[in-house]
Amino acid sequence: MKSAERSINRLAVLETALPRIVVAPSFVAMVVFIYGFILWTLYISMTKSSFLPSYDFVGLTNYFKLWRIDRWWVAVRNLLVYGGLFIFGCTLLGLFLAIFLDQKIRIEGALRTIYLYPLALSFVVTGTAWKWILNPGLGIERLVRQWGWSTFTFDWLVTSEMAIYCVVIAAVWQSSGFVMAMFLAGLRGIDDAVIKAAQVDGASLPRIYRKIIIPSLRPVFFSTVIILTHIAIKSFDLVVVLTRGGPGYASDLPATFMYSYAFTRGQLAMGAASAMMMFFMVMAVIVPYLYSELRRKRYA
Amino acid sequence: MIRTIHRIIVALAVVGLFAATAVSGEVEVLHWWTSGGEAAAVQELQKMLEKEGHTWKDFAVAGGAGANAMTALKSRVVSGNPPTAAQVKGPQIQEWAELGVLSNIDDVAQAEGWDDLVPKVVADIMKYKGHWVAVPVNVHRINWMWCNPEIFKKAGAQYPRTWDDFFVACEKIKQAGFIPVAFGGQPWQEATVWETIVAGVGGPGFYQSTLVKADEEALASPTMVKAMEIFKKIKPYTDKNAPGRDWNLATAMVIKGEAAMQFMGDWAKGEFTAAGKVPGRDYDALTAPDSNDVFLFNVDSFIMFEVKDPEAQKAQKAMARLIMSPEFQVAFNVSKGSIPVRSGISQEPFDAVAIASMQDFEATALNGGLMPSMAHEMAVSPAIRGAMFDVVTNFYNSDMPAEEAARKLAAAVQEAKM
Repeated sequence: MKSAERSINRLAVLETALPRIVVAPSFVAMVVFIYGFILWTLYISMTKSSFLPSYDFVGLTNYFKLWRIDRWWVAVRNLLVYGGLFIFGCTLLGLFLAIFLDQKIRIEGALRTIYLYPLALSFVVTGTAWKWILNPGLGIERLVRQWGWSTFTFDWLVTSEMAIYCVVIAAVWQSSGFVMAMFLAGLRGIDDAVIKAAQVDGASLPRIYRKIIIPSLRPVFFSTVIILTHIAIKSFDLVVVLTRGGPGYASDLPATFMYSYAFTRGQLAMGAASAMMMFFMVMAVIVPYLYSELRRKRYA
Repeated sequence: MIRTIHRIIVALAVVGLFAATAVSGEVEVLHWWTSGGEAAAVQELQKMLEKEGHTWKDFAVAGGAGANAMTALKSRVVSGNPPTAAQVKGPQIQEWAELGVLSNIDDVAQAEGWDDLVPKVVADIMKYKGHWVAVPVNVHRINWMWCNPEIFKKAGAQYPRTWDDFFVACEKIKQAGFIPVAFGGQPWQEATVWETIVAGVGGPGFYQSTLVKADEEALASPTMVKAMEIFKKIKPYTDKNAPGRDWNLATAMVIKGEAAMQFMGDWAKGEFTAAGKVPGRDYDALTAPDSNDVFLFNVDSFIMFEVKDPEAQKAQKAMARLIMSPEFQVAFNVSKGSIPVRSGISQEPFDAVAIASMQDFEATALNGGLMPSMAHEMAVSPAIRGAMFDVVTNFYNSDMPAEEAARKLAAAVQEAKM
């Protein structure tokens, strides 16, 4: 009798512990391989490491050095331009596509797939295709000139000041379909009754969208911005394929900067310092945003 | 149960021990020669080693111009399991040697008399504190100019021997409707052209103090400003699709008769040969303007890691000896399009461009014009090279004045030295 009770007890303990046991390995892996290595990178960024890690502590020297490098400034400025335009462009385009698709049109399924399809490609494929499209000797410029407009120029890809905008174009093309899908899901989640009530009250369609539908998509905006921000900051493959950071280093981003310092120039400490700066940038954007959004939810 | 597991472990350990001794005499070689002619060239070495009874374990890591291979090598060495030999060149040999992981191959070098066969400038790169730790494989010359004679004839232009002549010829070629210079706008290609100009404008002494010793005063000097000006002056004579172009596509422009000249190392010859072109008839290879007395070299080499197993040591030494043997030097360099690194080799199997290169190699080794290439990782540390690349590419792709570029160059190099 007693032993049966005990075994039931044991079972209950196991039942409560089981989820933790199951999750534990992945939790440990995450702590070590994500947070552990973030701390390790932080440490390396404050050492003299050259082409292999070393542990001679030098404090913040590498950070001061980093901010004295012209190329790093270019990379950071590019990130602001690229990140800003990318997030803004994707959100706007995605929202419009979603709203238009939501008008109960025919062949919506097919259109949705077409817009979503670029997401199925890797950034490498996108980059290669756009490299050819934007190349003045192969793509749009040549095409338009062949049509007879012989003075047409579209040479952003090979112009130092404009190359970063080419990266924006390709990135927006790739990701706005994904944003559209998120907004579409959000739109489908809005109760029809609210819209009908507004229509009965005599509100016009644009007004309904502006005052009711878009504000109620707030959580979708929230996830969109968070996802797009981290895509923007870790952008690497698209730039490498599309412009190789060029002309010169005009379209360098912090991620490509970090790669070249850490892996091709044997300046591991500088690479680590730039990686930590990227980490702080993400934190600077995400933490206040998360904080304000989550607090709102709690009191709402 | 536990006993069985124990037995299995012991059995496995024994098997492992046997396996370890069974593969003795093996060389594991890390390299990134994976494309056509290069891969064939490496296989020559494999065949020769196997003929002597050793086994070859290929550890080829393609991509990133060796950056991927270096990453693989670092992780192997850090985990205490380095390969027998790895393709590492230039000042990086010293960095590896400082870690104390390389093996001293002085006995092979002395037995074969390497010090008499290899020019001192090259030998010094292969030595750490006076001891041989690396074996040179081949020599590429950087300061070549590849010309399409047809275009020169049509434009009524002469092959330029000085930079002044060069721009005269460029103007004529441009007016005849051709692209004067086939250019690839990638930082390493820009640096290749730039260092060729520095060597031409300043001569070997100036090149030595700026791009080998990285002396800040010389880097900011008026001679450097002049070199920068010439470099920038080339830009209007290139086409606007140049940014990001691969070097072989630029070579193809010369082959197809779209562009008149390209500055590139002698690996460009492989592209001409593959297109069925003959030197002296379909194309000409000249030394770049004003750089007749300079030979900028790029020498590939294998560093030898410390190995414990005596059989593997034997195989490693055999590999070092075979790399420098005349048979391998001929077989390898004919397939790769480079020239032998050692003297005393018959010129017969080589083509006209290679023979010219071999003669200049010996001549400049005597008169002090033999210089390591900065752009191709032979002269300065990766950090300084990176700093130079950044300034040069930014200068070429912006409207920065030449004086400012020279000043920034000195400042960036100084920063990188710290």
